[in-house]
Amino acid sequence: MTTVPTSTVTSRRSRGTLQNGQLPPSALSRVLRGIALAVCCFLVLFPFTGVLTTSFAGPDDVARTGGLVMLPRKWSLDAYSAIFSGGVVTRALVISLVVTVVGTLCSMAVTTLLGYALSSPIMVGRSWMLLLVLLSLLFSPGLIPNYLMVKQLGLIDSLWALIVPSMLGAFNVIVVRAFFMEIPEEILQSARIDGAGEWAIFTRIVLPLSKAVLAVVGLFYAVGYWNAFFNVMLYINDPSKWTLQYVLRTYVVNNTRIGGSDINVDALPPQPALQMAILVISIVPVLIVYPFLQRHFAKGALTGAVKG
Amino acid sequence: MTMTIPDTDGPARAEPADRGGGRPGRHRIGLLAKVRRDRMLLLFAAPGMILLVAFHYVPLLGNVIAFQDYLPFLGIRGSEWAGLRNFAVMFGGDGAFLTALKNTLLLSLIQTVFVFPIPIMLALALNSLLSERVKKLVQSILYLPHFLSWVIVVSLFQQILGGSGMLNQFLRTHGGHLLNVVGNPDAFFALLTSQVVWKDSGWATILFLAALSRIDVEQYEAAAVDGASRWRQMVHVTLPGMRGIIVLLLILKLGDSLTVGFEQIILQQPAVGQQASEVLDTYVYNNGIVNGDWGTAAAVGLVKGVIGAALVFGANKVAHLLGEAGVYQR
Repeated sequence: MTTVPTSTVTSRRSRGTLQNGQLPPSALSRVLRGIALAVCCFLVLFPFTGVLTTSFAGPDDVARTGGLVMLPRKWSLDAYSAIFSGGVVTRALVISLVVTVVGTLCSMAVTTLLGYALSSPIMVGRSWMLLLVLLSLLFSPGLIPNYLMVKQLGLIDSLWALIVPSMLGAFNVIVVRAFFMEIPEEILQSARIDGAGEWAIFTRIVLPLSKAVLAVVGLFYAVGYWNAFFNVMLYINDPSKWTLQYVLRTYVVNNTRIGGSDINVDALPPQPALQMAILVISIVPVLIVYPFLQRHFAKGALTGAVKG
Repeated sequence: MTMTIPDTDGPARAEPADRGGGRPGRHRIGLLAKVRRDRMLLLFAAPGMILLVAFHYVPLLGNVIAFQDYLPFLGIRGSEWAGLRNFAVMFGGDGAFLTALKNTLLLSLIQTVFVFPIPIMLALALNSLLSERVKKLVQSILYLPHFLSWVIVVSLFQQILGGSGMLNQFLRTHGGHLLNVVGNPDAFFALLTSQVVWKDSGWATILFLAALSRIDVEQYEAAAVDGASRWRQMVHVTLPGMRGIIVLLLILKLGDSLTVGFEQIILQQPAVGQQASEVLDTYVYNNGIVNGDWGTAAAVGLVKGVIGAALVFGANKVAHLLGEAGVYQR
């Protein structure tokens, strides 16, 4: 199966027909569909607004509404200055960032190297390695054996437990390999004739030609590391190593009170504002990378995905 | 695969620089020579393969503890064998296990029936938008929740629907009855389902949209010439064009039918209690890691994995019989 990204079809569109040449819908059905889609968009965007406005609300506003504040009368940055003042949330933010950056770099190195090796047409053992990668997508060892493995390696309560077990995404290897295989063999051959070794070919030719797919896979890994929650729950017992997602679970989902000992401030801002500020800072990094991700993912995610 | 260098240099093939010449196996060089020739590539593959073996295939073997009275301080080698005793909890009709199984299957069924068609309808609606710019914008908005973690999604839902959430604030100020949506065992499945819809429906349209964009324009034109209405075009052109991907995704869903919303449920379990929320995955977690009943938990996990794999193979077989491509070809 080959996949055509949706955007390439637009050029075929002629006047009065949809991109597929379907007849245009009747006015009524067009309005109805428009309304349905608008409602969907509203349902997605609405929860963010309440969270965002509450995080900027002052104590009076929170006291007045007793929870979320849709329209603060007085805007305040107290919640943010409180959670960035040091203490639990700041530490968790730093840990999350470190795990995400280190994890993504490690993942990308491992994934692209394996993908490149597997894209070679002749490497010895290539077919059974590929088989192992593919089979791993079908079977999962299960939670308990995975946990025991991590424990056996002495990774419990180490931040490496959040990185090493999820470092290699078999699916990503396949996506990257599919992309590498599209690179014309002639380019690689001419480099070989000029005396380039595999490392030089990999770093100087293959990687620069694959920026699009590397961006997508890298961002998928990054989002994965940033969002990981269950691994922290499993492998990390030491509260000083909590990530932001775990802090979010503790203080927002479980509604544990954020006390004066958790953050370094004199006057504690209202709980809802603090909670919503933590929620906001856990979403913002995803929102920042999202546009970059979006530009590429239709192409990147689908090339490998459907071809298999 | 395009090969540009002519196959003339037989013996010199052991040099890495000549890689990519002939077909594999054509030149009878020993395994050792091949390993020497490909040593750089093998070195490249090594970290990834080691990780794959260490965190996939070795743990797969670690499932032997399902047949043991596993004790962490004795390890796999030191623990005593238990035969099939750990499996007795499942087949002996343990109440907690049956609850978990029932919840799992029920949730899976609900999600297949109610959640699965939504992205298809969304994709059809998106596909009928005339303006490409509006379509892009709507897509960007609808894809977004997929990239948020379950913790964030659950937090957002609590803020809107929870006891002191936005909905109840509104009801309180406007004198309505307070609704207990979050933390209500009776509404738990509805809550889980709406969260799944909110998070992933938009993202799931991406595959259906790709399938829609592949449908040949001429088919629509031919149908229009034959006088097919929009509805007939949809039934006879659009839906058949999506059939392959729909079957593929249904197979994958079936293979996953014993896996439902693990993180999502673990996060919300304290609020509703285990009776209402336990599924097989949480059963494994709660019994194994929380309560230290390693053998039983591993046995349940193993059976779940085996059944899941069997479901994929079986469903794929059915797909082949129906003349579809399925997940993989034979």
